[in-house]
Amino acid sequence: MHRYKFILYRPLQFLPVIFGVSLITFILVRLIPGDPARVLLGARSTPAAIANIRAQYGLDEPLWLQYFYFLKNLANGEMGKSILYKIDVLKLIATRIEPTITLIVCSVFLSILIAIPLAAIAARNRGGIPDHAVRLISTMGIGFPPFWLALMLIILFSVKLGIVPVSGYGENFGDKLAHLILPCLTIALCLSSVLTRSLRASMVVELQSDLATAARARGMPESIVFWRHVLPNSLVPAVNLLAVNIGWLIGGTVVVETVFAIPGMGQLLVRAIFSRDYMVVQGVAMVFACGTVLVNFLADILTVTIDPRVKL
Amino acid sequence: MSTGHAFSAKIGWSRWLGQRLTLVAGMAILGLFIFMAIAAPMIAPYDPIAQNGDLRLVPPSFLHPFGTDNFGRDILSRIIWGARIDLQIAFIGVAFPFLIGTVLGTISGYFGGIIDTVFMRLIDIILAFPFLVLMLSIIAILGPGLLSFYIAMALVGWVSYARLIRTQMLVLKNSDYAVAAVSLGFSNARIMFRHLLPNAIAGSVVFSMSDAVLVLLNGAAISYLGLGVQPPLAEWGVMVAEGQSFISTAWWITLFPGLSIVVLAFGFSLFGDGLGEVLGVRE
Repeated sequence: MHRYKFILYRPLQFLPVIFGVSLITFILVRLIPGDPARVLLGARSTPAAIANIRAQYGLDEPLWLQYFYFLKNLANGEMGKSILYKIDVLKLIATRIEPTITLIVCSVFLSILIAIPLAAIAARNRGGIPDHAVRLISTMGIGFPPFWLALMLIILFSVKLGIVPVSGYGENFGDKLAHLILPCLTIALCLSSVLTRSLRASMVVELQSDLATAARARGMPESIVFWRHVLPNSLVPAVNLLAVNIGWLIGGTVVVETVFAIPGMGQLLVRAIFSRDYMVVQGVAMVFACGTVLVNFLADILTVTIDPRVKL
Repeated sequence: MSTGHAFSAKIGWSRWLGQRLTLVAGMAILGLFIFMAIAAPMIAPYDPIAQNGDLRLVPPSFLHPFGTDNFGRDILSRIIWGARIDLQIAFIGVAFPFLIGTVLGTISGYFGGIIDTVFMRLIDIILAFPFLVLMLSIIAILGPGLLSFYIAMALVGWVSYARLIRTQMLVLKNSDYAVAAVSLGFSNARIMFRHLLPNAIAGSVVFSMSDAVLVLLNGAAISYLGLGVQPPLAEWGVMVAEGQSFISTAWWITLFPGLSIVVLAFGFSLFGDGLGEVLGVRE
């Protein structure tokens, strides 16, 4: 259990990062031009009404005091009210977080399912035709714009074949799943090309390692050498790659949710930016940033679990 | 003897080319797009912006190989002109983060201490944000447009370069020639930028090519969302967005601009991989 000691003190290192994140979101959001009170009131905006709204949301206080309130509320688990939706930002995010998390988890899972076999075929036939084919495809796949790939998949599977819904999000579980197939496939295809490249590279190294040679010398069949020794060891860099790419993944979901009109946090963020809904932009950015930190933490734990040699 | 010598040189050249196939292929693709961008007025068959009501949504044909859009504009011509904007996005979007990150990373790694700690914490915080989220917020502040995109890229993108260079600097500053340069009384600036940086930069140059792919995809995505290049300008991401309403009837409006992004990105990736092989840099 000694190896897991970092779980206790690592979160302390996150505190300055989270603090910095809160400061940056706060400053960024306050720099967005346009008066949210005016946006809220629209045509009904009179100077008195604007002053009233500004007082109600604390927008008339000095900036440093607003930040202090922001931190104080954050400590109490409050992120203010959405000006547009008129409900608590955290409650609003709670209603939108499920599609986003489902989308990310399913996409990662699917991309692993795609990447492991491809990388394995390439690495075990190093220099051969399958290797070149996989490398070519994965190199090309890195350059696929997710928004365009999404539209191409819609053309193929929804318009031509008509087997999955075009956009939106379902009510019950099965319906939701049907709506998530294309979005997940979009992200998974983009992600798996990065993942395949990394997995292939580490598998090539691991296949030539002393460990694999020793296993072969003991008369172990090549397939067992691969699945028992090579694969687990080559998963470590892949796990870290996924953790590093979580930011990219979240960016991908923002775009993909917009293309497929999925009511998740990404779509919420884009709309909030267009409508200058300060509190929502702030809340979503905070949640995304904390999620990134959390995922990196989980990746550390996973790395230690997979590979007993790693010490953090 | 002389023929034999020439023969072996010939073998050497073709073997060199064979080993550098990725580099050559990447250069060819990038060269093609650069040519398209420079020669756009000469090679584009039609005006990229002028609308033509008689030619709405024409499928790919001999006269319009990639078809026309809902305003009757030739897609091929728009893609050729679009190369100007998208190449510009990739180059400028990489150049500023590269410069800023290299300078800050050099200083941070060379001096260490409090400067290094401050930069590293700042990098941690910026990396905690999903890239696109931070970029969208900055663009929301500055207003839509390419200039905002470049500023956002410069503010956010430097961190990767700074990290790469810093790691190299930490190793190189203890090397013999660095110590020799110090004992010769050279200034810090001279040691950092004349002696150490040239040895540290190869990894960043290779990385800048994969970064160019990301920048290109981000720029196109931002334009697709309506926050970057504004219509009627022909940019590939904008073109994809314009074709979205017609995907069930006129697929060619979205297909070809997206393919252009894929091929250009492929060129950058190949060039980067090939450069990595030549410079002996492993990613």
